[in-house]
Amino acid sequence: MFGNLQKNDRLLMIFFIIMVLAGPIILAPFGAGYPDLLQRFAIFGIFAIGFNILFGLTGYLSFGHAAFLGVGSYSAVWMFKLLTMNVVPALLLSVAVAGVFALLIGYVSLRRSGIYFSILTLAFAQMSYNLAYSVLTPITNGETGLQLNLNDPRILDAADTSGSIPSTNFFGLAMNSTAKFDVLGMTLQFNVGFYFCALILIGAFYLALRIFRSPFGMMLRAIKTNQNRLNYTGLNTRPYTLAAFVISGMYAGLAGGLMAITDPLAGAERMQWTASGEVVLMTILGGAGTMMGPVLGAGFIKYFENIFSKINDNVLHAWFSLLPDGLENLLVGILHFFVGKGWHLTLGIVFMLVVIFLPGGLVDGATRIMKRIMNRGKSDSASAKSAAE
Amino acid sequence: MSYLEVRGVNKRFGGLQALDDVNLSVEAGTIHAIIGPNGAGKSTLLNCFVGKLIPDTGTVTFDGQSLLGLKPHEINQTGVSRVFQTPEIFSDLSVLENVMIPCLAKRDGAFKLNAITAMSGQTDIREKAEQMLLDVSMQDKMHMAASSLSRGDKRRLEMAMCLSQDPKLLLLDEPTAGMARADTNNTIDLLKEIQEKRKITKVVIEHDMHVVFSLAQKISVLAQGHVIVEDKPENIKGHPKVKEAYLGGAH
Repeated sequence: MFGNLQKNDRLLMIFFIIMVLAGPIILAPFGAGYPDLLQRFAIFGIFAIGFNILFGLTGYLSFGHAAFLGVGSYSAVWMFKLLTMNVVPALLLSVAVAGVFALLIGYVSLRRSGIYFSILTLAFAQMSYNLAYSVLTPITNGETGLQLNLNDPRILDAADTSGSIPSTNFFGLAMNSTAKFDVLGMTLQFNVGFYFCALILIGAFYLALRIFRSPFGMMLRAIKTNQNRLNYTGLNTRPYTLAAFVISGMYAGLAGGLMAITDPLAGAERMQWTASGEVVLMTILGGAGTMMGPVLGAGFIKYFENIFSKINDNVLHAWFSLLPDGLENLLVGILHFFVGKGWHLTLGIVFMLVVIFLPGGLVDGATRIMKRIMNRGKSDSASAKSAAE
Repeated sequence: MSYLEVRGVNKRFGGLQALDDVNLSVEAGTIHAIIGPNGAGKSTLLNCFVGKLIPDTGTVTFDGQSLLGLKPHEINQTGVSRVFQTPEIFSDLSVLENVMIPCLAKRDGAFKLNAITAMSGQTDIREKAEQMLLDVSMQDKMHMAASSLSRGDKRRLEMAMCLSQDPKLLLLDEPTAGMARADTNNTIDLLKEIQEKRKITKVVIEHDMHVVFSLAQKISVLAQGHVIVEDKPENIKGHPKVKEAYLGGAH
């Protein structure tokens, strides 16, 4: 299946597939095994993988990728409203429209590099956000957000008589159907929507891996290192960066489409600059330019946002209930600022620590630990050998 | 007929006449040196060959084709490679990858979206790059990061990158600038070796006389934007105009 990958990449791919497919089981003990969050892991994983193709390879830091995410969501919801609740046409349109948007924005923004490129993309994204919020209300439904209605045409679907809005589906397989199993006191939830996103995530990861290992990917890395030399080597850098920009924009559109699939509504806030900044954080936190980094970063941040933010003082009191009362209250009083609504503070500290001490991100940290363990293993066997002699 | 032909080139930056009616003809297969004191306009002239600057007036033709108005990558695709004053390499990539990129550019042109084919499948490119590194005796450093090379090796690598494209014309902008004597001599030997193996036309910009006289077949002396003498090296050495330009006569 992965015949044209090198051995290491094949192992990475297999590892990735197992981790993703077993996600509901692996994450259940951490309280993150429910479909809604798992879907978000997968969707933001796709978003970050796409962003990494641009930022990790070429070094062009886009601050406007949320625009493509939003455009993808709107396209998908419109497809649900007009054509059918089947997810395939919706996703195709999301990717196509985001691609066209990326082509236009990229064509203009890539005339500059460095900070000017970032500012241009940010400006375009804010423009899209404001347009979606105000002028384009007939298309975007303004601040209410675009929602499904009972009397939407849906010309391909059979007339619905149930009186409720139908669920998004993959040729009849409803996205919100879930199989639940109780194992060891935990509830394992296997959700169709999650597995749909997971399969697309695996496909997106595989495609990104191919791009990373291709001549095209090598050119993109060369652009990051020395554009001047590349020009004098007979290569036109502009189409390369534009292609990377469009590809990563289409990834964002795909992620936006998937968001609409798991929850069929689209709002302008999805395009806001904070959303663009979030994917930058995910990529840098996980490790820009690495394969696993962006997915890891996306998972990390979404976990913090959804789980860490739910820890409140009562939970803390329960954790430290064995300690003497004074100490317990002191600890809870200190930690109070770092959990619950203060999760941004903790995330900020983690982000600072990573940027300062692990410039290669979480993946860099993991490889360092692995190396240290490997070296220890080696020196152990070496000393064992010398002892035997 | 000469290979690179420069006719009546003028370039003015504000009040400074950087190039003043420069004429130059480089014969095919020779090494042609352009020398001159600082600020004589050597680099400006070179930038006019590679599409970085466009002269105000005059023509630059290479192998019968005008180079004016072409972008740097288009000029490279016509067969002109350039070595920079400070080696311009892809420092984050491995030495081998550094040489594979120009090989790809030569094979696939200025842009090709081959995003799905694997780099490990490009055996022809790889073999060509490995052969090139063998030619400049860097085969044992193939998998090192280019940033970890010594300055002399970086220069060698840059040369290998240019040569791997089989250029028709190689432009060298002060290839020994800032080098220790030993490195300079190594570079001279490398250039001589290359000249013996493949007769590539070269234009060398230099202010190190030692380099110029041991390499060039013809020398143009540039002073204040003007070519004052163009002749064989042995005739340049004692030329009164050259002495005057370098030692500062009637300024």
